[in-house]
Amino acid sequence: MSLFLFKRFITLLVTLAGASVVIFLVLEILPGDAAQILMGPDASPEAVTALAQKLGIDRPAPERYWTWVTGLLQGDLGLSYAYSTPVVELVLERLAVTFPLALMAMSLTTVLAISAGIYAASRHNKLGDIGLMGLTQAGIAVPNFWFAILLILLFAVHLKWFAAGGFPGWEDGWAEGVQALILPAISLAVVQAAILARITRSAVLDVLREDFVRTARAKGLSQRATLWGHVLRNALIPVITVMGLQFAELLAGTIVVENVFYLPGLGRLIFQSISNRDVIVVRNCVMLLAALVVIVNFFVDVLYAVIDPRVKASDI
Amino acid sequence: MSASHVSAEPKALRPTFMARAMGHRSLVLGGLLTLLLLAAAGLSFLWTPYSPYEMNIPSRLLPPGPQHWLGTDAFGRDVASLLLVGARASILVGVIAVGIGLSIGTALGLLAAARRGWTEELIMRLSDFSFAFPAILLAIMMTAVFGAGIVNAIIAIGIYNIPTFARITRASANAIWAREFVMAAQACGKGRFSITVEHVLPNIASVLIVQATIRFAIAILAEAALSYLGLGTQPPQPSWGRMLSEAQTLMFQAPLLAVFPGLAIAFAVLGLNLMGDGLRDLLDPRLARKR
Repeated sequence: MSLFLFKRFITLLVTLAGASVVIFLVLEILPGDAAQILMGPDASPEAVTALAQKLGIDRPAPERYWTWVTGLLQGDLGLSYAYSTPVVELVLERLAVTFPLALMAMSLTTVLAISAGIYAASRHNKLGDIGLMGLTQAGIAVPNFWFAILLILLFAVHLKWFAAGGFPGWEDGWAEGVQALILPAISLAVVQAAILARITRSAVLDVLREDFVRTARAKGLSQRATLWGHVLRNALIPVITVMGLQFAELLAGTIVVENVFYLPGLGRLIFQSISNRDVIVVRNCVMLLAALVVIVNFFVDVLYAVIDPRVKASDI
Repeated sequence: MSASHVSAEPKALRPTFMARAMGHRSLVLGGLLTLLLLAAAGLSFLWTPYSPYEMNIPSRLLPPGPQHWLGTDAFGRDVASLLLVGARASILVGVIAVGIGLSIGTALGLLAAARRGWTEELIMRLSDFSFAFPAILLAIMMTAVFGAGIVNAIIAIGIYNIPTFARITRASANAIWAREFVMAAQACGKGRFSITVEHVLPNIASVLIVQATIRFAIAILAEAALSYLGLGTQPPQPSWGRMLSEAQTLMFQAPLLAVFPGLAIAFAVLGLNLMGDGLRDLLDPRLARKR
């Protein structure tokens, strides 16, 4: 187990280092001089040079990369060009919206998908299965931002149960904050749940055909006990793998959905920073999102090995 | 009874591909929806009820009616015409982005399977690594560097497709390389390149066709999302994603404006997904049994 973990951990570090190089290289060729844009077209060249020196963007690229990476490791993400505040403060402030949103959406996805998948598999080729699979096919085809707009139309415009957008913050109590994130979380979850429900159904059906399931039924276990005691654990392996991959899609989805609901999360921060040419904020936010994807997939690999001991055996 | 006679009999009894395709409900439905998408884009080159670029402020925000079947938008443009022309952007992005992923990804996957060793390891680790960047994140980086536009959106979605095709190609090609007829070709002295082109590629073509259909649907969704965010198709070129973004600001006055472009995207994606599923059932029955 320790060798397996070590190998996976090294892969994680290499991937993170590679991602940081790619992000830095791509964003370093950003057209336009950040100092010139910040100071406006009428600024004197001396003033622009002075600002570039102050922000450190006049130094050679390798030096800036090294400063950035060592800063990242110490939790110092630098200073935002546009806001003149530490990037770490900006990111933490926005993560207070994006992180609970992603968590709510992933929890909702898991609950909806696993229950729908098991239900469909247990009624294979019956009306419930066919109906649910039809629904999931429709769910996969629906763009999450359109579904979000439809939810706003129904629940905010017609029924007036929720606000059409915005975020009140966590200062006035968590209930209002959670309420503001419910519609965005549903719009993110439905599409991902549709995909995961199909995977769950397929995985459960595969395991149901295994000999050990037949043996369990033959020794007198009820269908429910077999399902919960034997089938689910084995069916979870592909489900968890897909969940790890879906997390990346979910994070990408939050960028779009935050814009639909005008949520002050990481996604909106990235957009504001692109229009401000605030490279340092864009670079750190993209790195953070990429790192989250890689780290979640690392934990998925570890979980994979916990569920199925054959995985680590074959890996070593 | 000759060997050729024995093999000819079951062949005659077996239904043709076309007959099996016509009997597959989801393939037929998916094919029809995809045909509708292509027809809409094709028709828009020849005819649209009104010009999608012409603003007509006195006729703004009209509800659906005999004059304007799906109503008009905030600038008085005919929604039906905008939808017809918007189909072009979706198809353009889908075709080119899938083309980029298919050509580069397949080449890399074939190379990995043919060379094995460190080449395979390098290609696969690079494709693992690229999973850290979803299409939207890539597009955001591209936009930050080169500015917003359909070309950058296409490139971002195309790059995002490369590792998927590389992985699928490599996995399928490895299975073909282990087959006896490939070993026989090797024993006859054929080179790796010839075997790849003459034996491996034709045998994995069906898998690639199915995957291309599914990735086409994903590309349409990604283009719509990027255009919604203002990173994809730029004005005045109509796009379903941007129509939704414009409709969102008018949700209280004209809610239907936010419905039609979304339906167009959903039907286009549904059609391609159903077609992909159907083709998979027909071309790879082993996978179909597992579903």
